[in-house]
Amino acid sequence: MRLTRGEHLASRLNYLALGFIALLALLPFLHIVAQSFSSHQAITSGRVTLWPVDFSFEAYVKVLREQAFLNAFKVSLLRTVIGTMLNVVITCMLAYPLSKAYIKGRSAIMFLIVFTMLFNGGMIPTFLVVKATGLLNSFWVYIIPGAVSAFNVIIMKNFFQGVPPELEESAKIDGSSNIGTLIRIVVPLSMPVIATITLFHAVGHWNAFFDTVLYVTDRNLFPLQVYLRELIMFNQSNISNNNGYSANIDSTLLALESLKAAALIASTVPILIVYPFLQKHFVKGIMLGSVKG
Amino acid sequence: MLPGLAYFIIFKYVPMGGIIVAFQDFSAFAGIRGSEWVGLTHFKNMFTDSEFYTVFKNTLLISLYKLIWGFPGPIILALMLNEVRHMLYKRGVQTLVYLPHFLSWVIIGGILVNVLSPATGIVNQLLGMIGLEPIFFLGSQEWFRTVLVVSDIWKEAGWGAIIYLAALASIDPQIYEAAVVDGASKWKQLIHVTLPSLIGTIVILFVLRLGSVLDVGFEQIFVLYNPLVYNVADVIETYVYRTGITQGQFSFTTAVGLFKSVISLILVVLANKAARKLGQDSLW
Repeated sequence: MRLTRGEHLASRLNYLALGFIALLALLPFLHIVAQSFSSHQAITSGRVTLWPVDFSFEAYVKVLREQAFLNAFKVSLLRTVIGTMLNVVITCMLAYPLSKAYIKGRSAIMFLIVFTMLFNGGMIPTFLVVKATGLLNSFWVYIIPGAVSAFNVIIMKNFFQGVPPELEESAKIDGSSNIGTLIRIVVPLSMPVIATITLFHAVGHWNAFFDTVLYVTDRNLFPLQVYLRELIMFNQSNISNNNGYSANIDSTLLALESLKAAALIASTVPILIVYPFLQKHFVKGIMLGSVKG
Repeated sequence: MLPGLAYFIIFKYVPMGGIIVAFQDFSAFAGIRGSEWVGLTHFKNMFTDSEFYTVFKNTLLISLYKLIWGFPGPIILALMLNEVRHMLYKRGVQTLVYLPHFLSWVIIGGILVNVLSPATGIVNQLLGMIGLEPIFFLGSQEWFRTVLVVSDIWKEAGWGAIIYLAALASIDPQIYEAAVVDGASKWKQLIHVTLPSLIGTIVILFVLRLGSVLDVGFEQIFVLYNPLVYNVADVIETYVYRTGITQGQFSFTTAVGLFKSVISLILVVLANKAARKLGQDSLW
């Protein structure tokens, strides 16, 4: 296609602007990464921008030796693995029967599920129920009260409905049970949508912190996000109380700057590692969802 | 199927029944059955409480700002990306702009506290270079909402663009060819082909967005706010959390929560009706 000179210019500007936007998304990370490798004196005197000053691994060594950090990391990891598996299995088991027209009452059940997306008891009544089930201050409070997402059930159900019924019928004739058909025929065919849902649940579990704030006071059960929040808020409140620099803030507090940066990066790394592998899946998954409505 | 159903009953429908504590003077010792009925007292208190008005106003304002500034972002971004012919460049940009969506608000909060810090933050250092006084963004009533809106756009604009990109990808290339044959410039193509094809997606997303004006992004505010800015940052949900869970006023805050849920429900239903009227797909 031939472009006029004005269009050429516009196109160049567009490339430039997009590059700028992409940088904007990236720069804050680079800044924090640079800080995590710098000494606290360099940070507090404002010499660190995008490149480490007084390069050292010290902050990482400190973070990785910190018992509370390791423990929080373990809680987050366990929560993500167990929680995600349970999410996906229960969602599949619920969505599969709902995708079958011969199941009685399925539209009523579907309505009841969709309704929970529109209206809910709210924070306090839910809190009272969780309390009544005895889940407060237990690891399972991370897994069970969020076990199913109504939205994902709908997406799964729609996808299952698209699986050709002939395949399932032939499996039945070969003597496969319903569960067998689900596991051997339907699930393998539904991998793109299952991958998407898995990713969303996994990220959700890794990033979750509010259920801890609501339901857990036992420090041994704190996940990474809550650990980080305490680290950050502790620092911030000290800064605001002392109005920036005051002789009272000693270097131990300031040393936290690079420590904080290192902890932030260490908690982000797991997501950054899986992200490139999953990107193509989620984009496809979202498009599937949006086209089907 | 049973575990899933049991889940919905226990954790979704039982709490709905729990709403009755809004009409009681709930005491944790007496339980729901033993607590005293007080009718609409809590609702009356709510509407005469000045703090509730502040919180309600904050909720609406923050939501409105996010809508006005945040809604066009993904559309513009998708249009810009759509013009890029260099596939590698396009993918690279996309990878970077989706990324912040996958980080928790705690991490983004940490980054914000860091870059906005009045003493050591890079933003204030830049302001200092051009001779401006440092601003304590997160502790300033004037700036706090701006930080909320900008950081929300930063986190979600790229992600939001995906759905528009999907819509753009489904436009028939023949229409563009026809437009070119008719002598339409790039700009004319944008106005007469691309935008009209997107308008359906834009309308439905906008309407649905209006349906959830009272959901402002609890985690974001919870992570960033502090007593200095409660006045401008406290929204219904953070207020319910603080007075309900941390101060134990279960009944009053359940009433506040119920008020929010009911208004939200009405808004979503109306939004869905509107989307249907406009001839678009609706949620149900």
